[in-house]
Formats: sequence, structure tokens, C-alpha cells
Amino acid sequence: MDLNLTPQETKFRDELRAWLATNLPKDWDAWREKPLEESFPYLRAWQKKLSQDGWAAVSWPKEYGGRSATLMESAIFWEEMARVEAPPMANSLGLGLIGPTIIAYGTEEQKKRFIPKILSAEEIWCQGFSEPNAGSDLASLQTEARLDGDHYIVNGQKVWTSYGWVGNWCELVVRTDPVAPKHKGLTVLLVDMKSPGVEVRPLRQMTGESEFNEIFFRDVRVPAGNVLGKVNDGWNVAVSTLMYERGSYGARLHLIFTRNITRLIELSRKFLRNGKPASEDPVIRQKLAQCYAEIEIMRLNQMRAFSRITATGVPGPEGSIQKIFWSELNQRVQQLAQEILGPYGQLVAGAGHAVDKGIWSYGYLRTRGNTIEAGTSEVQRNIIGHFVLGLPRSY
Amino acid sequence: MQFGLNESQELLKSNARKFFAAECPTEEVRRLMETETAFDEALWAKMAEQGYTGILFPEEYGGVGLGTVDLILLMEEAGRALLPGPLFSTVALAGAAIHTVASAEHQKKYLEPICSGEARATLAFLEAAASWDLNALTMAGANGRLTGEKLFVTDAAVGDFIVVAAKNGVYVVNAKEPGLKIEPMKGLDMTRKIYAVTFRDTPAERIGETAALSKALNVATAALAAELVGGMQRTLDITVEYAKVRKQFGKPIGSYQAVQHQCADIYLETESARSAAYYAAWTLQENTAEAAVAVAIAKMYASDAGRTVGNRGIQVHGGMGFTWENDVQLYYRRAKASETMLGDGTFHRDRIARVAIDKVVCETATRS
Repeated sequence: MDLNLTPQETKFRDELRAWLATNLPKDWDAWREKPLEESFPYLRAWQKKLSQDGWAAVSWPKEYGGRSATLMESAIFWEEMARVEAPPMANSLGLGLIGPTIIAYGTEEQKKRFIPKILSAEEIWCQGFSEPNAGSDLASLQTEARLDGDHYIVNGQKVWTSYGWVGNWCELVVRTDPVAPKHKGLTVLLVDMKSPGVEVRPLRQMTGESEFNEIFFRDVRVPAGNVLGKVNDGWNVAVSTLMYERGSYGARLHLIFTRNITRLIELSRKFLRNGKPASEDPVIRQKLAQCYAEIEIMRLNQMRAFSRITATGVPGPEGSIQKIFWSELNQRVQQLAQEILGPYGQLVAGAGHAVDKGIWSYGYLRTRGNTIEAGTSEVQRNIIGHFVLGLPRSY
Repeated sequence: MQFGLNESQELLKSNARKFFAAECPTEEVRRLMETETAFDEALWAKMAEQGYTGILFPEEYGGVGLGTVDLILLMEEAGRALLPGPLFSTVALAGAAIHTVASAEHQKKYLEPICSGEARATLAFLEAAASWDLNALTMAGANGRLTGEKLFVTDAAVGDFIVVAAKNGVYVVNAKEPGLKIEPMKGLDMTRKIYAVTFRDTPAERIGETAALSKALNVATAALAAELVGGMQRTLDITVEYAKVRKQFGKPIGSYQAVQHQCADIYLETESARSAAYYAAWTLQENTAEAAVAVAIAKMYASDAGRTVGNRGIQVHGGMGFTWENDVQLYYRRAKASETMLGDGTFHRDRIARVAIDKVVCETATRS
């Protein structure tokens, strides 16, 4: 065990620090709380800037515009981004999930066509996985693709698609063999969202905004050359994306969590409880300390998982711990914010007396989604039970 | 940066696991816990031979001279085996205290017999107020003598000497001193006996400053967190095994999600506690600025997780979990005793709050 940075890691960190010192935008605070539709061009420009100097996807191989960074260097990358409270990147699904899947399964032609524009945020990617009748049981999805000459004809509906409204391309999982067992008849297609027959509708979520979309496919023609991986091997391709999803999320989220707890501690000094700052209330102090500690443990779990992946080569089902840990913790942090703010906690953006432009009332609602998106807590516990602990499959 | 064990650490851990499995299996744990002191002379000699009693101490005193990370790996395996007797008291409490606060001369005098296996020792800290805060100590030494009562002193009856935390210094008392009263306090954990120790004008040798104890307490606290992790791991193993073989409604109970998810939560809590304990040990070993907070985080989490893991383990076992013969209950008892020892979750959250909220620079590992 040695948590000191190696000379190579130190060099990586110092280079990044130097780059951030000159390139980190100074006006992010003015944009931070704006709706994503408004800030999106800003985030796009930020990603482009990062990509021009090879910082957008450090873990990608050098030949694809990354830095072939080790997992530890990736962790350092996200820690540094958290430290300076850097803006997020626009094409987060493309960079974190879909790009790595294309690099792993794509043809040379596909890589050449798609990877550079994922990096530069010129093309934004979304994920067509969940369907109204296929959530946790993803493999039961029904959107079908029928081969017609050199094209697939796609019909069906996807739901909970992040970035659907701004997406140029979609990693779409479809059923290509309706008679094969459910895991064996799936294929992943790379679909141009401007294709005739693609309709994107906003899905209004409980926060009131439309972060996600429903996507309808009516006789959409997709060139057969846009199959990612092998036909009817789509389950393996999709699972690999999901592994990246569960593995990579945690590191990025540390950025948000650190910021939240720091802010919450500041607020606890301002908001009163029994006539004294909440920061002096023993119960609030206990709860703040608990959240603070768990955020640190989340980081340590991540580092240990990275070390294990470095040793074994692949992300394992242990990533499910991270997913459960951060999503449930985030809900506790938001509940604590509500306790500290009292009646002010309910005020929404634009309301008189709203705290931090209403981010806490928003966060309170938004974090309910955390234990559902990217695999529910129940599915994650099933994965741990079966794949880690070796208990019989429960479903 | 590598947050995994290196080869020699893996070896130490797996050897310790094999050693405890062979020398102190559950039957032996159950036999010893029914004895008055839970101490076995022959087992102690074997542990000394392995270098376990001297693991942390310099070679010049006959020790192995390894680091805090190695110590906690040993303690994790001892916890996994539910090792009865004074290894923790001698090495992580008394030994670490002497090693931290005492002069070379005193270290030689007291660490040599610990390393060789000749002597057992413990630390007397808590008083009637039961506070782990160094500033709350009231017993004071005067003219080389101590008077007063210390409570919850682990393994005092098998100790050859007792390190005593007093408000005006750290002292060592010969446990065989006439007039020293060592009375059992019967607690939940039958594998680590606790005692009330009464000093009445008892001769005591002053070996160092009270404030210097904070680093030693941090080492002991990290070690105890690791010991709890070992207990959680064993509870996980026993519970998962049971969920695989116990059948109800014609299927293994582990195939039901209500049961499976309890097991998944035990796994999550065990691994998280392990991450925190390993990190704490490493910060102590490297003497980094985060050490005090890292230790507080590790013990806070392990204290609470030790209890909830036990709750879940017993629940999954159903009626069997409530029986005397089920081993999970033994770990549950140890976890409860260890939860409060060296500060419970509430105590350590308070320490964390002082750093995170009040920005107080916590007593660092280097404070002396």
C-alpha cells in the first residue's frame, strides 16, 4: 500500500494544474445554476478547450486523443477538477461510457468517424437503453431492428434518455432476433438522431425539468455498417457500457459531493437553530460529520476499487458498491440540507428568500432519482448478492 | 498510488489468517471465553514466536519493526478469528503507548519483554466519567505514586504491567504490586475481559507526557477499527454460507432478495469500513496531516458498521441466529464492546466536526 503519488503521477498532476491555472474559466459561477439548456454551449466550449490539449478523456488511449492515463491518474484528474470546482463537460456520456465502448468494440472506421467528435463535443451522444417495459430487466427490451438490404429498420420506444434533446447520436440497443433467448437477440446500433422517423419528446420529471427524453423510432433506417460489435452480441456490448457507467460515475461525483458538503457547512454557520448557528447544534454537527466522513469513504472505496481494477484489468461488479454508496449518501446529504435550512429549504429557484438560487429544494427532489438511474439500488444489491457473494440468482 | 496490499503485506495477512485458523479455531475461542481470563500461555508463546507481539516495535528491542499498516492487517485477522486474550491490549494499547511516549531507556525496559513474549501489558485509561478525551483525565501521579480507580481496563488480570494514563503523565505500574486491586467487570464480550483497577498509593514509574499519548491512541484506534473489520468479514462469510445452505419454501434463503440484500449491505459496510481503516493506518504510518481525521472516520464507521453488520447477520440466520451456539453472536458481543472502546461513533463524529466545521487543527500524529 502506498498512497503517495509516483513521480509519473506527480508529473501528470502538475501538468494538469499548470494547464488549469491558465485555462480554467473564471466566469463559471455565473453559469453554474442556470438550466442545462442555457449553459450547454458553455460546457461544450469548455470540453472543446480541454480536448484540444488532450484533457477531455485522459483515460483513453493516446491514439484516440486521450493520454492513456492509468486509473490512478484518472482519479487524480477528477480530484483536481473537484479541487478547482471546474465545470463539467458537455458530452459526459460520450466521454465516460460510449466512447470507451466504441474504442473496445468498434471497427477502425467507426473509431475514426466517431471518436474525434465525441472528444471535441462536436457530436453529443445519448444512450437508448431503457424502455417503458424494460427497466431493471433491460434484456427484455422490445425495440426491434429488421434487416432490409444494407439497412436496419428500427421501430420502438426508448425512455429516460439523458441528453436526448441535444443528442446528435445514440447508442441504441435493439432486438435483432425475436426468437433467440432474451440476452442473445440484442444488437447495438449507432443511430444518427437526425434520421427520419426519430422523434424526441421531453419527459417531465418530478423536479419539473426535462433532463431526460422519450425517443420514438418509426421505421428509422440505420446503415448496417453502424452495428457496434457483433450482431446479436449487443448484450455484452451494453453491459460493458453499464460497467463503465457504474465504475466511472463515482469519481466524477466526488466533485459535486465535496462542493455540497463545503457549502452546507458554510450554511450551517448562517442558519439558526434555537437561536444559535446550526453549526453549534450538537445534532446537526453529528450529521454533518457523518456526511463528511462518508464522502471521504466514498473516495477511499473508489481508490481501492481502482487499485483492484489495475491489478485485475477489468472493472468488476464491486462497482455496484459505489453506486449504492454514493446515491444513498447523496440523499442523506440533501435531507441534512433541508434540516439546516428549515422552511427555507423548500424555496425554489426565483422565489424570494431562496437560498443558493433554489439548488437545495431542487437537489432534494433530484437525488430521489439517484437510487433509480444507472441501475436501481435493488438491482445493484442483486448484482452484489449473485456476482460477488455467489448467492443464487434471485430473479 | 496503490491502495492495495503489497506482496509482503499480503503474505503477512494470509499467514496470520492461517496461523489463527490453526492455533485458535472457534472451538478454542469458545473454550477460552469460558475461562476466567481468556488467556492461554501456549498460544501466547506461539504468537510471540511469530513476531506478533513485537510487530510494531524496533528491532533493537527484539521487535519486527514493521509499520502501522502491518499492525492493522494482523489485527484484522485477529479480529476475524475473534482471538481471545491480550494481544490487542499488549501491542496496540500498552506497547504503542510506550513506543510513542517513552524514552529509549524505558522503551527498552518495557518493550523488550513484550517483543520476546515474556510480558503482557495493557493500558488503563477510562475513569468513572468514561471519557476517551485526554483532557478529561483526573487521576494524577504524585511522588511516584498513583491513587484512584481506572475502569474497563482490558486484560488487566493477565498483564505483567499496566500503562496508566494520568492527567500529569503516563505511568507504568507493576501489575503484581501488593495493594493493587484488579477486579473483573463482567461485560458482554467474553473473549476480552475487562477489569476495574484500583490504585492506592501504588508505586508508578513516569515514562512520558500525557499529550504524547494522542498518537498512540490513534494507532490503537485504527487497529481496533481493523479488528472490527475482521469481525465483520467473518460475520459476512458465516452469513453468506448459511444463506446458501439453509432452505425454506424449497429454496436456499439466499435466493430471496430480502435476504440477499441484507448480505449485500453487510458486504458494502465491511468493504467501506476496510477502506477507511486501511487509509487511517497508512496516514499514521506516513505521519500525514490527515491522520487524526482519518482515524476518527475509520473508527466512527467501524463502530457503527460493526453493530449493523451483526444485526443483519443475526437476522439472516433467523432462529439459529438467536442461539448460543451460533458464532455470529460472539462477534456481535465483541463488536458492541469495541464500539465504545477508544470512542464510539458519536465521540468520533464530534472529533470530525471540530475539524470539518470549526476548522480546528485536530491533534495531529506528530503532536508531542
